[in-house]
Amino acid sequence: MSIDLPLTWAAIILFSIMMYVVLDGFDLGLGILFPFFTDKDERDVMMNTVAPVWDGNETWLVLGGAGLMAAFPLAYAVVLSALYLPMILMLLALVFRGVAFEFRFKALDHERHFWDKAFIGGSVAATFFQGVSLGAYIQGIPVVGHAYAGGPFDWISSFSLFTGAGLLVAYALLGSTWLILKTEGGLQARAYVTARRLAWILAAVMMAVSLWTPLADSGIAARWFSLPNLVWLAPVPLLVAAVLSLLLRSLTRKAQLPSFLWALALMVLGYGGLGFSLWPNIIPPAISIWDAASPPQSLGFTLVGAVVTIPVILIYTVWTYYVFRGKVRTGNGYH
Amino acid sequence: MTALDLSRCQFAFTIAFHIIFPAITIGLASYLAILEASWLRTRQSVYLDLYYFWSKIFALNFGMGVVSGLVMAYQFGTNWSRFSEFAGSITGPLLAYEVLTAFFLEAGFLGVMLFGWTRVGPSLHFFSTVMVALGTLISATWIIASNSWMQTPQGYQILEGRAVPTDWLRVIFNPSFPYRLAHMSVAAFLATALVVGASAAWHLLRGNHQPAVRKMLSMSLWLLVILAPLQMIIGDLHGLNTLEYQPAKLAAMEGHWENSGDGEPLILFGLPDMEREETRFALAVPRLGSLILTHSWTGRLPELKQFAPRDRPNAAVVFWSFRVMVGIGFLMIALGLWSVWLRRGGRLWHCRPFLHVLLWMGPSGLVALLAGWFTTEIGRQPWTVYGVLRTADSVSSHGVTQLSLTLLLFVLVYGAVFGMGIVYMLRLIRLGPESNTLEEAKG
Repeated sequence: MSIDLPLTWAAIILFSIMMYVVLDGFDLGLGILFPFFTDKDERDVMMNTVAPVWDGNETWLVLGGAGLMAAFPLAYAVVLSALYLPMILMLLALVFRGVAFEFRFKALDHERHFWDKAFIGGSVAATFFQGVSLGAYIQGIPVVGHAYAGGPFDWISSFSLFTGAGLLVAYALLGSTWLILKTEGGLQARAYVTARRLAWILAAVMMAVSLWTPLADSGIAARWFSLPNLVWLAPVPLLVAAVLSLLLRSLTRKAQLPSFLWALALMVLGYGGLGFSLWPNIIPPAISIWDAASPPQSLGFTLVGAVVTIPVILIYTVWTYYVFRGKVRTGNGYH
Repeated sequence: MTALDLSRCQFAFTIAFHIIFPAITIGLASYLAILEASWLRTRQSVYLDLYYFWSKIFALNFGMGVVSGLVMAYQFGTNWSRFSEFAGSITGPLLAYEVLTAFFLEAGFLGVMLFGWTRVGPSLHFFSTVMVALGTLISATWIIASNSWMQTPQGYQILEGRAVPTDWLRVIFNPSFPYRLAHMSVAAFLATALVVGASAAWHLLRGNHQPAVRKMLSMSLWLLVILAPLQMIIGDLHGLNTLEYQPAKLAAMEGHWENSGDGEPLILFGLPDMEREETRFALAVPRLGSLILTHSWTGRLPELKQFAPRDRPNAAVVFWSFRVMVGIGFLMIALGLWSVWLRRGGRLWHCRPFLHVLLWMGPSGLVALLAGWFTTEIGRQPWTVYGVLRTADSVSSHGVTQLSLTLLLFVLVYGAVFGMGIVYMLRLIRLGPESNTLEEAKG
């Protein structure tokens, strides 16, 4: 019996980053949407929809980082050094918005606006720098020997700034469909309108990234547009179009849970498409998951823990969401 | 400052800030579990009032621990990439186990613990509290295993320039791990006990004698009485372990440059001078160093001069941070004894000098914890992995400009955010426990 350990670990890390993107995506999205909802009670409700779950959501990002260090230390070392400034800025932004959840409810009335702004600024900046890091990562990271060989500002490009802006749209869409699910009345009505607009903008963003990536990178172009890949990848854009139309239809019919789930599906498709463009490289454009992997003693040891614990984690995560199911109303906040 | 210095400053700053929150989290989570268990057993509302009071402070503290910890999880890669590449195959899996077995457990059950009173039954709620408390202890175990491996590495070999694990049990149960884990966990409980006790003292000094306040004073002081002397014993064992495995660190802690050969003194106070290779103005007790560390009148101690200057930790810092820690430890023991004496006749609630001292010692557990942390981490220098990988060979190759920028940002953001966090915590403490708030909330 032999399992391809690096492959298994790549799958685990991709899964945990995907969990992070969809789960923290909607609570970061709330922060991005905050400027459009100015009423204090509405903001309390928005915060309270995620108060019991946000740190669990963020833990997937910690797992992504720890898993990367355990399984692909070379990638952890090189990619994080290459993306030094956007990573540090993202982490600092997450500090601001993470504490805002608690501080906002502890603040005196005249202080609250500061933590509202921290929540907005932190959510926007964290999302933007995640998107920028993603764009810079897709564009590739120069490596000489075992170290990053580029400059401190290589991550800034028109493409990476665009992916930064694009991720803002994506998280805001997730946030608005989460609000549809968890709120009611005027707040929910506006979330429907916002979600519909954002769905169209996100569709445009995804199309732009899909065209831009192969144009900018001939390797990625070859991967998508060569035979036989072209044949069995042809349904991917169609799938995106189908999910988008299902999302819009759910929004029109005021179907709450389907709206949220189709928005999640759209994210997963976009994530999958990017994953395929880069596969099997963990430091694009040239270092594969097998080149960067830890020795089997490390991969195997950690895999045992992952296989045992991740299903249990998923079970109690689902249970937590189940405990806090239903609408959050003004005044029944948890604080 | 060189890029190396800046990266070291940034790491020291971010971890020193971070470590405060998990320490309090560890202590408070177990305290909350005990409070809830006591409430379920006795149904005395005083326990529930205390639970509600401290859980709000716990929530604030936990949030700050999560976000400052997230920074740590990525900083090994951003700033210490050569360390990560060298040792990631060992420290990475330990960190991954910490996330999988502890972080998710804490974060997953925290929501129910804080906000789930009306949504789950009492036993399921208690279960959630216990899971959070258990998570904090599991978390400490893994991260201490990782840190201890860096201090006393074993169970690995070096292949193609990186550390490859050969025996995970030996990696995890490395020589300094049990002592460090016990020392750190007890330190977290002591630091929390002093914060809780000082909060009670503040209220008693203002004439707030409600049962919940007296109860938390009493509980925290019993913990202090038991744990402070125990911590001294654990610390002594930890020191003997350091003597065996990290002699340079021990020599720096003692400010001991060379043996006289006829019983070594214990230097109580002095100024270790790295240039002149001596400890100036030393106030020493003859032979006591040999007696404490080797249990003989003439035992030989490790000497700083037996290590090349480039292999010596900075004794001036380590010598003093060690003394700050030990000094506070003795004060804790004294405070504990004083509290036992005052309990006779119920004078504990009214003895203002005692309550004032306790109030002022509120942060001292955290100060001692940080001082101990500085001792062990700076004492490990100039290595990240003791005797194997130098700190200078561990760092990422960033420029001074961008490191200065990020360090400045960290200082500003942490100062503002966690400064306000501490203000909010103190405000909550000042409000004090209220009677039956939770019963009303539950309708």
